[in-house]
Amino acid sequence: MSKQDFELTWKDLEIGCIVTEPGSARSYRTGDWRSQRPTYDSSKCIKCGLCALYCPEPCIHPDDAEGYYKADLFYCKGCGICAHECPKSVITMVAEEEK
Amino acid sequence: MTKRVGIEASIAVAEAAKLARIEVAAAYPITPQTHIVESLSEIVANGRVDAEFICVESEHSAMSACLGSSATGARTFTATAGQGLELMHEVLYVASSSRLPIVMAVCNRALSGPLNVWGDHSDAMAARDCGWIQIFSTSGQEAFDQTICAFRIAEDAKVLFPVMVHLDGFHVSHVVEPMLLLDQKEVDSFLPPYTYPFPLHPDKPVTMGAFAPPAIYTEARKAQEEALISTTDTIRSVWDDFGKRFGRHYTPVETYKAEGAEVMLLTMGSFSQPAELAIDKMRDEGKKVGLIKLRLWRPFPFDDLRQAVSGASVLAVFDRCLSYGGTGGPVCSEIKAACYGMEKSPHIVGFVGGLGGRDVLPEDFEQILQKAISDAEKGQDRAYEMIGVRE
Repeated sequence: MSKQDFELTWKDLEIGCIVTEPGSARSYRTGDWRSQRPTYDSSKCIKCGLCALYCPEPCIHPDDAEGYYKADLFYCKGCGICAHECPKSVITMVAEEEK
Repeated sequence: MTKRVGIEASIAVAEAAKLARIEVAAAYPITPQTHIVESLSEIVANGRVDAEFICVESEHSAMSACLGSSATGARTFTATAGQGLELMHEVLYVASSSRLPIVMAVCNRALSGPLNVWGDHSDAMAARDCGWIQIFSTSGQEAFDQTICAFRIAEDAKVLFPVMVHLDGFHVSHVVEPMLLLDQKEVDSFLPPYTYPFPLHPDKPVTMGAFAPPAIYTEARKAQEEALISTTDTIRSVWDDFGKRFGRHYTPVETYKAEGAEVMLLTMGSFSQPAELAIDKMRDEGKKVGLIKLRLWRPFPFDDLRQAVSGASVLAVFDRCLSYGGTGGPVCSEIKAACYGMEKSPHIVGFVGGLGGRDVLPEDFEQILQKAISDAEKGQDRAYEMIGVRE
């Protein structure tokens, strides 16, 4: 989908609102739904990956640099399950307006 | 042209589905539609058509199975009536919004309660806004013809909408009438094989029935509305072609003895037949009366309707359904809305009758017309009148 949904006119829609591009859900920013975002104290992280296993999205992957698990904020809906499940209390959810 | 045969309308509709070379039928039997599906399942079992007949556990499942089947690109047919149409209600909207060209015969039946299996238009009116093309037939011949036309209309690349062919329960569905059926060669030449532009296929994956958030739902509705309105041209051209080939001509609005008619009666469905007899008699008596038969219910043919009533000073509208606590008959309120703002709108009087299988005879239609005339003369405006009700 080249246009975001709020840019589409009624004439842009396929017949029956069919989605003809496979995997187009990938471009849908569910991160918009978030009211809280996860923050990390990596010094406590043991890289067990439980947060990634529990993530219902699943948008948590090891980062490229050191392999610490981080949520992809494009998709993360801020549910906080990772923070709840983390055995080492690495993750703290903070309200989105707090920088 | 094949020769005239005596055949029950329901059996003829099943034959029409066979002649259309349906590939899938999913249906649940319900009075008064039962003869259609019984006959069709026999046709499939005897190998007269190469189709799957899916025996489902309810009408909700019937329409759901039709969605899936139509989405794969298979020509799909079903039939229902009354409570059955209501049980499939939510799925009807998915069929039209997904633009799946399913064809369904509906043997119009009253809705419970009290339980009543006989004919009226309560079922169709409850499904009025489901986005399907809806055609009302006045006879078995028409139900047969319209079933065949329905496939060509529905599957046209410019249409791709499901179509309901309405035939009145019992008054049409169970009547044996002399009919001119078409043969396989004739139907094959009229109805090309079905090719759906986005069939479900692993080689070209598509998503159907995806959700639409507030940012897109309004646009989806607008697209569907524009598309449905634009189908009228195709419906007309399919009916024109049918008329040219087979000599039976259909239009969205049909008139009977309308020339110079000052007082007109509008009916939809089989009660146009006794209404015609009433018109004949009154014409013989020198009264300037005429009949309007509304065939295309959705998309509503506004221009045709306005044209048909343009010369009339009084219009009586006959409904076989009642919108409780509202404006009376749904057809009448539609006609009033359609005529609103016309330079010379006729005085419109609504009548509700023929409910739950009650007969309305030619003399009843005469009375309706006379009441409409006297109402108009007195300048009386009332919501509607229920006819034949015992006080």
